[in-house]
Amino acid sequence: MPRPILLLLAHPALHRSRVNRVLVDAARGVDGVRVCDLYRTYPDFQIDVAEQQALLAEHELIVFQHPFFWYSSPSILKEWQDLVLQFGFAYGPGGDALHGKSLMSAISTGGAEEAYCSKGHNQFTMEKFLRPFEQTAGLCGMRYLPPFILHGTHRLSDIEIAGEAQDYRQILEQLANPRTDLGNLRRERMNGFGAGLAGEVGR
Amino acid sequence: MTLALAIEPGAAAVAAGGPADALGYALVYLLAAVVAVPLAKRIGMGSVLGYLAAGVVIGPAGVDLVGDTSEVMHFAEFGVVMMLFLIGLELRPRALWEMRSDVLGLGGLQVGLTAAAIAGLSMAVGLTPLPAVAIGLTLALSSTAIVLQTLSERGLSDSPPGRRAFSVLLFQDIAVIPILAALPLLAAPDAGAEAGASASHIADLPAGLQAAAILGTILAIVLGGRLLARPLFRAVASTHLRELFSATALLVVVGISLLMGFVGLSAALGTFLAGVVLAESEYRHELESDLEPFKGLLLGLFFITVGASIDFGLVFERPAFVCGLVLALVGVKGGILFGLTRLWKIPKATGTTLALILSQGGEFGFVLVATSRTLDIYDEPTGMLVTAVVALSMAATPLLLLLDEHVLQPRFAKGSDAPEREDDMPADRKPPVIIAGFGRYGQAAGRMLVANGIDITVLDLDPGTVDLLREHGMPVYYGDATRPALLHAAGCADAKLFVIATDSTTHSIRIAGAVRQHHPHVKIVSRAYDVRQAHILRGEGVDETVCDVNGGGLALGRASLIALGYDPYRAERAMKRFERHEGETQRMLFEALGDPTRTLQVARQRTADLGRLLEADSESEDTTRDSAWSTSAAIEAARD
Repeated sequence: MPRPILLLLAHPALHRSRVNRVLVDAARGVDGVRVCDLYRTYPDFQIDVAEQQALLAEHELIVFQHPFFWYSSPSILKEWQDLVLQFGFAYGPGGDALHGKSLMSAISTGGAEEAYCSKGHNQFTMEKFLRPFEQTAGLCGMRYLPPFILHGTHRLSDIEIAGEAQDYRQILEQLANPRTDLGNLRRERMNGFGAGLAGEVGR
Repeated sequence: MTLALAIEPGAAAVAAGGPADALGYALVYLLAAVVAVPLAKRIGMGSVLGYLAAGVVIGPAGVDLVGDTSEVMHFAEFGVVMMLFLIGLELRPRALWEMRSDVLGLGGLQVGLTAAAIAGLSMAVGLTPLPAVAIGLTLALSSTAIVLQTLSERGLSDSPPGRRAFSVLLFQDIAVIPILAALPLLAAPDAGAEAGASASHIADLPAGLQAAAILGTILAIVLGGRLLARPLFRAVASTHLRELFSATALLVVVGISLLMGFVGLSAALGTFLAGVVLAESEYRHELESDLEPFKGLLLGLFFITVGASIDFGLVFERPAFVCGLVLALVGVKGGILFGLTRLWKIPKATGTTLALILSQGGEFGFVLVATSRTLDIYDEPTGMLVTAVVALSMAATPLLLLLDEHVLQPRFAKGSDAPEREDDMPADRKPPVIIAGFGRYGQAAGRMLVANGIDITVLDLDPGTVDLLREHGMPVYYGDATRPALLHAAGCADAKLFVIATDSTTHSIRIAGAVRQHHPHVKIVSRAYDVRQAHILRGEGVDETVCDVNGGGLALGRASLIALGYDPYRAERAMKRFERHEGETQRMLFEALGDPTRTLQVARQRTADLGRLLEADSESEDTTRDSAWSTSAAIEAARD
């Protein structure tokens, strides 16, 4: 039995997407991964809280996959957090529904990796920009895994993107493998994790 | 004097007799009402006083155009019967049950104590005990017609004193029956038996059968109202002939009146009962609005005949004596009622209004005087005197209420009585929203409101729809919302919002006009077929319109885009953007209304805009309009 993974995709214009569409297509083939396209499921932003909470309860690992808009997620994912991570469900007294689960960000940025450092034009590292997600996971009693990040997507060729998608797929396969210890992932980024362990796990 | 000249042709017809007789009388009565009532209202006295004054003018004391009014009055009393039917319609059985303490306690003590006090006073001025008791019972009753008409005219029907007054009147109406039955006992033994028998057609039967007949009649009214009335009204309503519905309504009321008279019960009581039974019916508002004009006319006629029947000869002979008796009557009745209201812990302000409004003698008084005279309980002059006192006390009521309203109530408002509050019984349902037209469109809107906890009343013209929806527990009523009387009956005066959801464009425009004209305060939201109709509706005073084409069509457009492979969110945005553009176009066209050149200009301009907008929506080169989340520019920049 694979570890159940819920992939929440937030991209408002998939028909214009070069990266996320390919990534999510790659993820769909992974055993144990369930994809929920938030803009497709709730085009009028009327998120069904009970439905989403039920989905969360069924999965061990939650992946937020989205482009990096204004140093954060597209708006529907924020709406999702505001509504679904309810007091008494995700935090506060009795709010332990997510305790022990894991959260991972899978993000694409137009800017190059060099832009995300103290000397770059975005001034801060991705780790700093992702602090709100990290702390959200913390408050909900979830483990925040190292993020999967694709930088400089504007410069990536279609072939390069296909290669990244292959990496993404392997990462998700590793994470879905129940023998992978999510509490012991000592890395800064998830990128390359799947390729590194591919031989050991032995598909 | 101009009045006398104006009605001369009618008077001639009256004098000549013959077929023009009835019309001649009608002319006199109608003209008197049309002249006197607006005058009375203009000087703030209310319509009842106006009718009474008109009666005095055309009666024997004035220009004497109508001769003997007793037959007309008998006919006009039917207005009181109708009024009680309409009151019954307003009152659900549960509301009636909640009033039981007021009806039995307050009403019972009022009648008992007042009758005893007046009988005592009568004996003090030299009458023997039996006639004194008869007069006491006669004068203990108040005038349902005057009180209720005055209450509704002053908007007090639903106020605490209004509801209490109604409870007392209800007891009195019920009490008339045993009083009529008891009068023969007060007569000299030899005169009594025969006259008493004339009261009902079943009086010759043994007591057990009489009781069975009475019970059977009441049962027949209740069961008939429950089981027969609905199919009957539905069958009539589906003919879509309005006059036939009115005829049926009248038929029901007249039929019940005659039936009650046959077994010797009060017709007013019987129709009241029938009204209560029909209060839950979907045809309630339509019945109300159909009977309302008849009731109003007959009551007016009744007041006129009361005015005409005042024997001013008697009054002028001993003015001080008659006035003293009127004052005594008003004083005793009012005093006893006020005392009772203190006992009931009713606030002084409410108690005062209640005491004054019920202080007169009533139309049942005239009936009891007539019966007493038949039974020879007292002599002719005494009977004339009692009749005059009752009529004058009726005329005094509107004046007393003016006194109450302008002198007494302001004092209570200032005084320490103000914070004292009464536990009100629940008022009749007054939903804030009325919906006209309840097809699929209206149902969607209405059910959404109900789902949000908003109380609605629904008016629809299709008996099938009405039946079906009532089975599902929706508050749906049969009726045409263009009729002012129906709007009134549905509670439009108290509504916050009127929703028009009919599918006929011409009909919805007429409804909008009627609602706006009669209820300027209420907000109107209407379905509109297209832009043109939306303009017309707004011209009629509709506050907000929603176009059909947009509502259904846009959703269909969105579904089509998704079917063509658009992502749902993209389709949603495309729909919203198109909708906003349409809305703006509508607004601009509305502003350009009446200026053909400008209208054409706007139309062309907006069509061109739309063309550009649609191009931008597709994957064309021009991305200036919708470049949301487009990365092409950024990619270009990155490659440079």
